[in-house]
Amino acid sequence: MEEKLTLFKNRKRFGIEKNIDIIFKNTALVLSSFVAIILLGIILVVFFQSFESFSRYGLKFLVTSEWNPVKDEYGAFTAIYGTLVTSFLSLLITIPLGVGTAIFITEDFVPKVFREILGSFVELLAAIPSVVLGLWAIFVMEPFFRAFFVFLHNFFGWIPLFSTEPTGRNSLLAILILVVMLLPIVTAIARDSLNQVPKKLRNAAYGIGASRWKTIFSVILPAALSGIMAGVLLALGRAMGETMAVTMIIGNSNAFSWSLLSPGYTISSMLANQFGEADGSQVSSLFYAAFVLMILSLVVNIFAQWLVKKFSLKY
Amino acid sequence: MNSLYYQKRLSRNIGDKFFTSLSVICALIAILPLIFLVTYILYKGGSQITPELFTLEPNPPGDDLDAGGINPALIGTLIITTIASIIAIPVGVGGGIYLAEYSKGGAFSRFIRFGVNVLAGVPSIIAGVFIYALIVSTKILFGSMYSGLAGGMALSILMLPTVIKTTDEGLKLVPNELRYASLGVGASMYTTILKVTLPSAFRSIATGVVLGIARAAGETAPLIFTALFSYYYITGFGDLFYEMGSLAVLIYNFALEPYDAQNKLAWAASFILVLSILSVNIFSRILAAFTEKTKRV
Repeated sequence: MEEKLTLFKNRKRFGIEKNIDIIFKNTALVLSSFVAIILLGIILVVFFQSFESFSRYGLKFLVTSEWNPVKDEYGAFTAIYGTLVTSFLSLLITIPLGVGTAIFITEDFVPKVFREILGSFVELLAAIPSVVLGLWAIFVMEPFFRAFFVFLHNFFGWIPLFSTEPTGRNSLLAILILVVMLLPIVTAIARDSLNQVPKKLRNAAYGIGASRWKTIFSVILPAALSGIMAGVLLALGRAMGETMAVTMIIGNSNAFSWSLLSPGYTISSMLANQFGEADGSQVSSLFYAAFVLMILSLVVNIFAQWLVKKFSLKY
Repeated sequence: MNSLYYQKRLSRNIGDKFFTSLSVICALIAILPLIFLVTYILYKGGSQITPELFTLEPNPPGDDLDAGGINPALIGTLIITTIASIIAIPVGVGGGIYLAEYSKGGAFSRFIRFGVNVLAGVPSIIAGVFIYALIVSTKILFGSMYSGLAGGMALSILMLPTVIKTTDEGLKLVPNELRYASLGVGASMYTTILKVTLPSAFRSIATGVVLGIARAAGETAPLIFTALFSYYYITGFGDLFYEMGSLAVLIYNFALEPYDAQNKLAWAASFILVLSILSVNIFSRILAAFTEKTKRV
């Protein structure tokens, strides 16, 4: 790079060409700074729009679950709780399944052609729009799991998580559709990180007599851990911000309940549901909720990037 | 002598068998529903496809006999994604050019690269909220509120990080010798970029951009309160400033209707959306694989 630029400086050129060159460079500079402008713009706009609600309810907004446009009382606890519960629980199911699938794809249990097809198929699934997944969840998944939910309630009803009578759409279905959404993401990233572990490590482990799974657990997985963790965090960010599939299946109720079998809310589904017809202080409260969502996903995202930088493999 | 043979009962071999079958089970649990999902969408949606679907307006829900077609939504999706592309591609390619060709790894370019990653992680509904606050509620676009134009802007925010990233990475793969050669025969920097580096990275950039467009075409959340929805044909240029339908929002609205006819329309729209997104994906994958093979000669 340096070399190139010193060459460039010592040349004689016509004025016009020089100017075009400078204009071109500065245009590119301005265009690249658009990213920063948009990002800051989003943060500032959402913050200032939520200011009214923020100054009125303060942090109480985060812990109360009253949402009453008539009485002008707003608290987003149900939605925040729903966002956290659905994203974490769905991730809890996705991680073992996704990493297990990734190991299956990267190990040589089945012929390479078959594994490659499987791998690209999983990647393709990440491209399916979430609104289509929501449609599928409404008409296929909900009827399919209905009997199972009744069973869950009848036998495990004493656990608060399953304490309500299942009636149609609920948080557990949202968690399941999130699993379907996140699986391709986690699997693809875990597969890439596993593939990047150098062959030498595996050979060394085999050479000193480790069995296949001893090698995977003690050598390969630890070496790929930072990449997998980053992928998991990205998936967490995606799960928190996911709107359509969740909105369509979670039932959209602001009544707080510990039970996963009752309808719930997430911040994004609240936004999707109410934003269109909200006015006055409700809009400001919705912006406040959006601000909370943004901060949550920013934190997760930045942490993921930091993790990749800090622990990326150095071989 | 015995230790030379494979011993089934050895705890390490039993453990290995156990974990192998566990990973096979994981793969089956993960992949079977996904296969089922795709085939179901294609089957259920494909069986709703009729010629009228592409030419008629959707009828307002309540009329249970005939739901009409999805023409306005189909055209709307095309228009909105085109608007998004017109905004995001020049900005993204320009920004990517700066990052890959001009920046020297300083604080500014590191900040921009960081920002690109953060922007890629911003929930799509936040982009909708942002455009709502900036454009819809202020009526800044010639007094119109919900409009296809606003929807396209919201989508362009989602496309931008993808375009910048693929341009940046595509340009970085171009060997430096090409740049030296071009600068060495006296070409200026912008000629080098426009005539040498950009064309040689064209395919990889195009692949990434096309994938970004395909992804944006299926996004719903940024559109539900920027472009809203419309039941009527798009007739002219002026319609850009009014509510505009799209396949994604049509699926969302009609999936929640209690009427069977509307639900069927939602399935048909899903079929078209999924089929086009999947075929764009498969096509660009094949193209990318082909490029990789021919590149290193």
